[in-house]
Amino acid sequence: MKPIPRKATRHVNQNEGLIFEKSSAGKAAWKLQPLDVPEVDTSKLLGSFERKDLGNMPEVSEIEIIRHFTRLSTWNYAIDLGMYPLGSCTMKYNPRVNEVVARVEGIANGHPYQPEKISQGALQILKTLSECLIEITGMDAITLQPAAGAHGEMTGLLMVRAYHHAQRRPRKKILIPDSAHGTNPATAAMVDYAVENLKSDSRGMVDIGALEAQMNEDVAALMLTNPNTLGVFEEQIHKIADILHAKGGLLYMDGANMNALVGKVRPGDFGVDVMHLNLHKTFSTPHGGGGPGSGPVAVKKILEPFLPTPVVVGKADGTLGFEYSRPQSVGRVRAFYGNFGMFVRALAYIQANGPDGLRQTTEDAVLNANYIRKGLEGTYDLPYSTPTMHEVVFSDRLQAKKGVRTMDLAKRLIDYGFHPYTTAFPLIVPGALMIEPTESESKEEMDLFIEAMKSIAGEVEEDPQIALEAPHSTRVSRLDETAAARKPVLRWKPPAE
Amino acid sequence: MRYLPKSPADREAMLKAIGLRTVDELFAPIPAEYRLSRDLKVPRQMAESEIVDYFRQRSRENGEGYTSFLGAGAYSHYRPVIIDSLISRGEFLTAYTPYQAEISQGTLQSIFEFQTMICELTGMEVANASMYDGSTAAAEAVMMTVRLSGRRSVIVAQSLHPEYREVLATYATHQGMPLSVAGFGEEGRLNLKKLEKSITPETACVLIQSPNFFGTIEDVSAISEIAHRNGAMLVVSIAEAVSLGIIEPPREADVIAMEAQSFGVPLGFGGPYCGVIATREKFVRQMPGRLVGQTTDKQGRRGFVLTLATREQHIRREKATSNICTNQALVALMVNIFMTVYGRVGLKELAKQNLAKTAYAAAQFAKRGNVLFAGSPRFNEFVVETKEDPYAINSRLLGHKIVGGLPLQKFYPELGNAALWCCTELTTRIAIDTAVKLCAESPGLTRSAKEEAGVEEVAR
Repeated sequence: MKPIPRKATRHVNQNEGLIFEKSSAGKAAWKLQPLDVPEVDTSKLLGSFERKDLGNMPEVSEIEIIRHFTRLSTWNYAIDLGMYPLGSCTMKYNPRVNEVVARVEGIANGHPYQPEKISQGALQILKTLSECLIEITGMDAITLQPAAGAHGEMTGLLMVRAYHHAQRRPRKKILIPDSAHGTNPATAAMVDYAVENLKSDSRGMVDIGALEAQMNEDVAALMLTNPNTLGVFEEQIHKIADILHAKGGLLYMDGANMNALVGKVRPGDFGVDVMHLNLHKTFSTPHGGGGPGSGPVAVKKILEPFLPTPVVVGKADGTLGFEYSRPQSVGRVRAFYGNFGMFVRALAYIQANGPDGLRQTTEDAVLNANYIRKGLEGTYDLPYSTPTMHEVVFSDRLQAKKGVRTMDLAKRLIDYGFHPYTTAFPLIVPGALMIEPTESESKEEMDLFIEAMKSIAGEVEEDPQIALEAPHSTRVSRLDETAAARKPVLRWKPPAE
Repeated sequence: MRYLPKSPADREAMLKAIGLRTVDELFAPIPAEYRLSRDLKVPRQMAESEIVDYFRQRSRENGEGYTSFLGAGAYSHYRPVIIDSLISRGEFLTAYTPYQAEISQGTLQSIFEFQTMICELTGMEVANASMYDGSTAAAEAVMMTVRLSGRRSVIVAQSLHPEYREVLATYATHQGMPLSVAGFGEEGRLNLKKLEKSITPETACVLIQSPNFFGTIEDVSAISEIAHRNGAMLVVSIAEAVSLGIIEPPREADVIAMEAQSFGVPLGFGGPYCGVIATREKFVRQMPGRLVGQTTDKQGRRGFVLTLATREQHIRREKATSNICTNQALVALMVNIFMTVYGRVGLKELAKQNLAKTAYAAAQFAKRGNVLFAGSPRFNEFVVETKEDPYAINSRLLGHKIVGGLPLQKFYPELGNAALWCCTELTTRIAIDTAVKLCAESPGLTRSAKEEAGVEEVAR
């Protein structure tokens, strides 16, 4: 490895080292108020448990911290900067009023164990959001406890397991289409179900014949993403549900793509028994660089007894409270009640939209994806011509002839001021370009995107090297991921003296 | 709708470009019989001012303005204002998981710093980018030891947060992981004799919490000796991160599962919080969750990437170490900023103040009641036993806008009328004195009025 260059760089703002490299003894960004109780002799109180030294923790001033993180922030792309068309991730606008209401004192500072009598505000938020989500999904009951989509999947499958157990017909496996998110099979393994792959047909949908052949009394459920990861609505959805139900199986819907359906169709109406939602996708809570998420799980009546504890209930005196005693519950999946701050944001989003806004949002998301499909068809290979909902999947087949793959195209897109689309997923499309504009993009922004993608395709024909070496305009060029994994450096260490 | 950037004319033009006449044609793949032909029954579209009013109203119904002595896994510490200034930057707030490293260096470098500081504080060699919370981190840490040890059964300290125990039980149900609970002794710490008896050659790990649910510091060295002598691993859960400023970290642990909420994360009625797993380098390939590593770009410049992804679900699917995908990144950034603000000296001073307030409060309660486990070292929580039902005491306190300690009947019926009290640097002496006085305002306390007369009054 070459030595790290010194600090000064030619750029509109300065480079930024690690915070530890700015630290020196005696600098501080904190001040405690004077103690109003007697000081204590820590060694007398703690004896051998007393910690003497905090190692290499930094010592820096407040302005340095502000600059450090502000400079770092400028190296990130963000929705606030432009289109972020990551397929399946639903990078939509994160409304600022959500952030304001989540910080109102009683909401931000409520303790999870404060008496119910003084928690009616939080309980009312839990209840109202639950009612909204039940209505939107067409289901009968819900838990808000799971902390993210994958956590919701686990909760849902635990309920599936508990249901079959209560029927005294425990089952062994989960069917998962080959187009599914990686979390689906990983989740099935966590609740000790075997995973059986279900192949897609030539239109990118569940192969009904294969499903009929594979469905039997060993199958606990099918985990289906609908619309699926190709952005295709499973037209035979009710037939799928019937095949499962006829043999006592359940239909689990991965709600990652629920933003294509809100206000237009309800999973509960087309045969889904259990599903999770991602509040950080459909309901606009921020992704924050990878989290927090929130993964409520909505179920039909038959699964309600198995919901995690506690659940919110109305009490005899008209107030709300938590019910803990539910003998058939799968138990807790998280301490306290879930990512409450995300519930607040999701509810604020629903209120800002209302029924008309939610429907228009879905329509615009689907309109945008189809507009991009139309704009890029011909320039990029479209492996499935099935109608598109909220996202469209192209492949790099045409550009691969010049040795340029989906990741190279994605890196070149960075130079055009856009975040890349999702690369190399779903697995059923080799070299996939999975594009989800969401409803948050204007016609102008999408025209720019289409123009950029067309320009890149043109470059590939003339000089593939441009894409192969992209990005060219970022602070760092392509990073050596292989070296990072071969000899992992997972923390900073002080230079050897 | 104010979040949607299109005029009716834009929509018309786009439909035309696609070759459609109506929006409904876009939804033709959905069988007509399922399409919703009515409005959703959700609240009508509200103005921003109405939304703010709605939540202000809920806030007023949610303990606004109360002084609280609650801890039990969710702690009230001061949050430096720069945390919210910085995490509100759209580049952090509205970015996705940093898969495209070249335009995610901000998030990646900050996670690398987070991992480093968690290692420094816990005495571990590697830490991940975050887990959902302390409870799921503990459950995942236990599952990690099951994979590493090839053994399946697990011993859980009864002094571990009861809700963490419940979560572990849920995770373990279908993993064929028998759980047994090791009780606590009169000192409010794990009973070592009971542990010695229950540990077997099948024990994958012993899971404890320190400071434990009662605020008592466990004898990690002694527990580690027993676990390791029997070939079992030791997992230590830390729910009160500020304790790391003044309490020696459990360096003997094989895996540490933390809840970092104390580091600048609002109480928020229980979430979002920030779990973390830290461990030894040799165990890293069985670790769940994202990891950021240092590398170089083509010009040899330092940069950061997500690494060791072959552990994760998007690569390994059903063979992954966990199904976790989305974590708590933005909350980890709050934690990161908090750790940076307080740093090497501040964290220690902050922890000392917690210790001092708690020592004072426990002493005041001890003058008028019975403080359990008094002989053991503790951090910022303690258990008070009263004759009067703690729920009755708390409803009296509530009248004075004070939320008293957490009654333990629900979790530990064997402790009778006990409650778990917590003090932090934000707890004032006046609040402590008032609470102690109000607790004593009944015939319920263990000491008689006569004895009480001999107790010196605390200066206000």
